[in-house]
Amino acid sequence: MAYQFPALTSEQKKELSEIAQRIVAHGKGILAADESVGTMGNRLQRIKVENTEENRRQFREILFTVDTSINQSIGGVILFHETLYQKDSQGKLFRNILKEKGIVVGIKLDQGAAPLAGTNKETTIQGLDGLSQRCAQYKRDGADFGKWRAVLRIDNQCPSSLAIQENANALARYASICQQNGLVPIVEPEVIPDGDHDLEHCQYVTEKVLAAVYKALNDHHVYLEGTLLKPNMVTAGHACTKKYTPEQVAMATVTALHRTVPAAVPGICFLSGGMSEEDATLNLNAINLCPLPKPWKLSFSYGRALQASALAAWGGKAANKKATQEAFMKRAVANCQAAQGQYVHTGSSGTASTQSLFTASYTY
Amino acid sequence: MPHSFPALSAEQKKELSDIALRIVAPGKGILAADESVGSMAKRLSQIGVENTEENRRLYRQVLFSADDRVKKCIGGVIFFHETLYQKDDNGVPFVRTIQDKGIVVGIKVDKGVVPLAGTDGETTTQGLDGLSERCAQYKKDGADFAKWRCVLKISERTPSALAILENANVLARYASICQQNGIVPIVEPEILPDGDHDLKRCQYVTEKVLAAVYKALSDHHVYLEGTLLKPNMVTPGHACPIKYSPEEIAMATVTALRRTVPPAVPGVTFLSGGQSEEEASLNLNAINRCPLPRPWALTFSYGRALQASALNAWRGQQDNAGAATEEFIKRAEVNGLAAQGKYEGSGEDGGAAARSLYIANHAY
Repeated sequence: MAYQFPALTSEQKKELSEIAQRIVAHGKGILAADESVGTMGNRLQRIKVENTEENRRQFREILFTVDTSINQSIGGVILFHETLYQKDSQGKLFRNILKEKGIVVGIKLDQGAAPLAGTNKETTIQGLDGLSQRCAQYKRDGADFGKWRAVLRIDNQCPSSLAIQENANALARYASICQQNGLVPIVEPEVIPDGDHDLEHCQYVTEKVLAAVYKALNDHHVYLEGTLLKPNMVTAGHACTKKYTPEQVAMATVTALHRTVPAAVPGICFLSGGMSEEDATLNLNAINLCPLPKPWKLSFSYGRALQASALAAWGGKAANKKATQEAFMKRAVANCQAAQGQYVHTGSSGTASTQSLFTASYTY
Repeated sequence: MPHSFPALSAEQKKELSDIALRIVAPGKGILAADESVGSMAKRLSQIGVENTEENRRLYRQVLFSADDRVKKCIGGVIFFHETLYQKDDNGVPFVRTIQDKGIVVGIKVDKGVVPLAGTDGETTTQGLDGLSERCAQYKKDGADFAKWRCVLKISERTPSALAILENANVLARYASICQQNGIVPIVEPEILPDGDHDLKRCQYVTEKVLAAVYKALSDHHVYLEGTLLKPNMVTPGHACPIKYSPEEIAMATVTALRRTVPPAVPGVTFLSGGQSEEEASLNLNAINRCPLPRPWALTFSYGRALQASALNAWRGQQDNAGAATEEFIKRAEVNGLAAQGKYEGSGEDGGAAARSLYIANHAY
């Protein structure tokens, strides 16, 4: 460990750090619209729409052509590969529509789970092969950040040290490669909510996982100021009989983060992991009101929790475009307020917004 | 790693965290008066005083008889074992004098460095045997915090991966044992300033060392809110031809800490490592004026940089005791201001204050 061989020049560092800060400035968060084809299938099936490329395109078009004021709540959008190259009905590329609104374009980079032999059904994530070339191409094609989701679960003997180590290492390799290609890596070590464990147990596991992730990032010479973290909030398992308030979730979450995430990380954008739209917003708000020191921005990177009402409003019909956009804008604004601790719960919420979006053993 | 077996109860955690916060309360730092018999020999020989137990007692009396002015700038004093059981001329135990000023008593618990075979002159630190029993006794005898110093050095091939790993591990074991006995561990991974390396190299090494330390603390289930860190500032090696300003040192130091020290750590108490009294104050001041966000207290744990002028004024003569005490109070107040970024500089160059206190290869 004698010498430093700088991984990045100062110009590269500056570019990465500016991108990261732009995404989470002023309470903005991320729309995770990077559902794979299979996962979009699950979403569309719930509203009885066929999973075709055209339908997927139409739904994303409705979201991305919403009024420009969306750029006050949404700083970045994560796209799936197919979507990066799709156009609206006038032939305009989605990525250009987003960029013109001042929204940073991101791309999902991982290629799904692979089993870890000798473990209790644990996995690592693939996608490192040829990743540098893919990143370079995506950068040319308009992306400025990447996302890679590692999955850990709480169960008998899980997460094992192998699973933690291996996933942390893969995340660090991915992050290093992204930065070499001018992409800000969003680092996502999701501890899924499946199980009946309580809040304290999730906190303990989350702390161990995040400590391993940041050690791996350091070992791989990743420039923290040019990254974002996308963790789970600390919550009880879905089958846990004990109920916790948003304040309890917030305290457990911020405690875990402040024991493990260095202040150099500019932003933490939580995943919603099956929480209802309203819970995801209430929890984020409580997190931002938590009295512990919070040197990073605490924001959102929501998929289901930003889109559930919009999907329900759309139902596959072009005529519902306005209602769909309103539903989406409403959640975006609510979450932007929550990211500043300013969300006021209105009391009444639509069915879709409180419905739990939990799908057991969610792999995508 | 599935289950958590809590290392500490909620009451134990609260006690540790309260002690740590008291030590690093705004404007306060630590007097490191824990020089071993061997180190005191070097100090006393510089002023022509014989190294006897009585002289060591008389000298510590000079420091501890400081009046109430030190209450606002000294939060803790680190004692050597011998001193913990010594009394002043009136038979009042030093421990009681310090506690009566509302200052927390600490104790050095390591037993010095030992070589790591197969390395280029690197060391680890011993002292773990029977440490729990010793801590329990020290707690009964008035100590509420402890200190353990590990040493790393920068050269062509050092610090090696083994040296970093081993020292981080031993620090984590020590910290864990302290907390079990109600004692706040000060974790000191000192990277010596010996060598001709530049500022960047020291920053790089410091980041690697601190990342390893915090991973080890996490692995050993140490409660970060009940610890303090005592690192080196990031500085160039003593033989480096390039000169850097306090602002450059501050920026390199705070950057390194932001990338590695979790916000849960309540305070960072820098060692002075051979800097002159004035340099140590100016650098600490610049650190507290650094524009980067700093979620922990940034203060001092100085030995030489608080005592050099006092020692020089005393020169073993009881008639000089009052003047010597004044010199100490002066440095303590200056550093109390520096810990808040409020020190305006001395203007004139005090003799002992500016003289570099560097002793090559400071082992203790």
